[in-house]
Amino acid sequence: MNFWLVLTVNSVTFGGLLFLLASGFSLIFGLMRIPNLTHGSLFMLGAYVGGSAVVGLLGFKLNFWLAAVLATLTVAALGALVERFLLRQLPGDQLAQVLVTLGISFMAADFCLMVWGGDPMSVATPDGLGGFARVGTAVFPLYRLAIIAIAIVVAIALWLLLDRTRLGAMIRAGVDDPDMARVVGIRVSQLFTIVFALGAGLAAFAGIIGGPILSVYPGLDQDMLPLALLVVIIGGAGSLLGSFVGSILVGFIYNFGQALLPELAYFVLFLPMLLVLLLRPQGLFGRHMP
Amino acid sequence: MTAMLTANNGTRLAVLGLALLALVTLPLWMPGIYYVNVGSQILFYAVFALGLNVLVGYAGLVSLGHAGLFGISAYATGYMLQLGAGHSVAIVVALIVGVASMAVFALLSLRSSGIGFIMITLALGEILWGLAYRWISLTGGDNGISVRGRPAPFGYSLTDPVHFYYAALAVFIVAVVMVAIFVRSPFGASLMGTRDQPRRMNALGYHVWMIRFYACLFSGLLTAVSGILFVYYTNFISPQTLALTSSAEVLLMVISGGPGTLLGPIVGAALVVVIKTVVSGFIERWNFLLGAIFVAIVILVPEGIVPGTVRLWQLITRKRVSAPAANAEAASSEAAP
Amino acid sequence: MSALTVTGLNKSFGGLHVTRGVNLDIQPGERRLIIGPNGAGKTTLFNLITGELTPDTGTIELFGQDISKVPSRDRAHRGMARTYQIITLFGKDTIIHNVRLALLGLSPTRWNPWTDLRRHGRFTEQGHKALARVGLSHIADRPLGQTSYGERRRVEIAMALAQEPKVLLLDEPFAGLSIDERRDVHKCLMAIPRDVTIVMIEHNMDVALEFAERITLLHFGEVIVEGNRAEVVNDPRTREVYLGH
Repeated sequence: MNFWLVLTVNSVTFGGLLFLLASGFSLIFGLMRIPNLTHGSLFMLGAYVGGSAVVGLLGFKLNFWLAAVLATLTVAALGALVERFLLRQLPGDQLAQVLVTLGISFMAADFCLMVWGGDPMSVATPDGLGGFARVGTAVFPLYRLAIIAIAIVVAIALWLLLDRTRLGAMIRAGVDDPDMARVVGIRVSQLFTIVFALGAGLAAFAGIIGGPILSVYPGLDQDMLPLALLVVIIGGAGSLLGSFVGSILVGFIYNFGQALLPELAYFVLFLPMLLVLLLRPQGLFGRHMP
Repeated sequence: MTAMLTANNGTRLAVLGLALLALVTLPLWMPGIYYVNVGSQILFYAVFALGLNVLVGYAGLVSLGHAGLFGISAYATGYMLQLGAGHSVAIVVALIVGVASMAVFALLSLRSSGIGFIMITLALGEILWGLAYRWISLTGGDNGISVRGRPAPFGYSLTDPVHFYYAALAVFIVAVVMVAIFVRSPFGASLMGTRDQPRRMNALGYHVWMIRFYACLFSGLLTAVSGILFVYYTNFISPQTLALTSSAEVLLMVISGGPGTLLGPIVGAALVVVIKTVVSGFIERWNFLLGAIFVAIVILVPEGIVPGTVRLWQLITRKRVSAPAANAEAASSEAAP
Repeated sequence: MSALTVTGLNKSFGGLHVTRGVNLDIQPGERRLIIGPNGAGKTTLFNLITGELTPDTGTIELFGQDISKVPSRDRAHRGMARTYQIITLFGKDTIIHNVRLALLGLSPTRWNPWTDLRRHGRFTEQGHKALARVGLSHIADRPLGQTSYGERRRVEIAMALAQEPKVLLLDEPFAGLSIDERRDVHKCLMAIPRDVTIVMIEHNMDVALEFAERITLLHFGEVIVEGNRAEVVNDPRTREVYLGH
């Protein structure tokens, strides 16, 4: 009984982290029509930068939450730079843009290896969340519950941003039809930078928030990127709801798969993707094929 | 005009003959076995790049999952040998496994083209990587599978590095000739048509999906062949060979050399293998360099090195030729975009 | 037997009805003109007939055979060819190669992966013949990138003619042409033999009216008026659509 409950909480927690990662990936995909292959690197970079600040590697030691903010802002700025100075060089050439993000992801991975070395870095759970919550006979780690809460808050905030603000309306218009949005007079190029930075920031935030449970290690980027890709293929590009449902689904399959069929976990993980591709190629909540 | 063309063909044949001579005599003038081995690597990576180029260059379909196909053939070889099968059985099984995997890849990813194709092949490649890594009872996980010995076709043992080089060269030449015939054939023209105007091709009566599917199978065959050469060369296969980095490396070979050209992937393979070999001798920063070259090529030389050089060469030679005789012709053809 | 029969064709995108209950009956050898203001659904009608779009309801018959379920590519093999309003050619290749692809599309040779296409001389010969019909055989080897807009329009027509269709669908073959070019295109259309049935969409009424025997006026996806030249021109509904009163 307890085993299943713990597994369920872990699945939802992981799903929440994935949502933070994949929602930005999905928005970038929906708007710019490219899978941002640096997304795993941004996650890892966020985890390393934030983790270093928590541990005190950068010469100063920060409170966990301040470190998370620092990591988010740093990586968001980096994302904006990549969009402005590299992707902007290749307007309309999506293939080239994808290849550039791929190239940057390798550079980022090697950069992290150079700076932080090959040993995993463990990030301490933030103060006050190291304990457990007791519900009846079941025991839940507080920090995992906190991640779920954070993911829900971010989901609501993103929904409000997209649904209630002018910026959100412009993003939605761009996702639906970039050409139309350009005709209506939206400065699509500036929008690209903002969304790219937003997505990068969210990925970095996910990275540092996930630090205490996943730890930070070389190859983390390669572990996370396929999962983000999976969420977007399942949920549908550009759809917030799709990212949410897709993330939770992948969170469950990943955790249950690892617990029950460790050897084939990776294969089981991709089965829903195969089903979606065969039955509904635009994704569960997507409007058009990528 | 005709005279110029035949002269061109003459030069071409001469260059081709020289290149062939250089390749055949390479073990004689290379300073050591180490360099012969680098040559072997270039040859089987060139076969791999030729295979990927069938899709990237001629079909306009960019795959980021080809390392998975390359690796699955290598694993199939290793696994069959581990089971005690002979070399020929192992090779045939590996070819079948490779092409069949490509067929599955194609069935799933040809539901879309363009970016969708990239994403799906990437995801499928990751599945194969994940399986190689996690399905320990079959693949040995991180430890990989070691292969003992190399085949000895017609009693010619490939254990000797020079012998292996000649075997790789023979396979390479067959692959180049196959691709050269393929791209000039009616089917090759059809495939390039689907790359440039799929909708029009459909209206003209072509089965666009089927054409792409067959192209995938051809690409899968060359990829499987190179995977088998790889596993016999290294005598070892591990999940690292199937990683996204490996897919990116071979894509870089195609893109740097010049997609959609015959020579491009070969030059690209030589370039990437040489840089990788040289660089890893000095520093460990191969991935950083790989990424940097990728970004630089895509932004600075998007057409690839071979077409870029050809253009430069034409610019130079035309200036020389045009001076006395062909002034008018050069002017007219330069005026056009 | 009719060459092309369209019955009760409906198509909507989301809530927008682009084609509403369209019926057409075109006789063998007929020259039919389809006119209508922008957004009348003319090109959509062509896409439905060629199978590039699937109708919501309705049937399409080619010489009495129901082809509604036949894939687009196979309709080409059954004798249907079309040109595009927005020029859709192979820009990196020569003119002759564009026409060669049209010929190859209907030949089983297109699956052949082991002989040199240039050795199949008949495609080049037939391509030259098709180009001669539109007056372009003298520049057959010119790369498409170095041709004028009017020449490309004629390459479009040559590709369709090369396939020797029984029914030829021309989508605004005069669009964007100068007066001289229009006259050239007109001449090559007039030279098409009567065993080819032609359906043409055209905005340019003066050239097109001269060419067509029967005219169909489409408005908001519906057939409003159909008849011979005089009937359609004199019909008050035509004036209403075109002049707004």
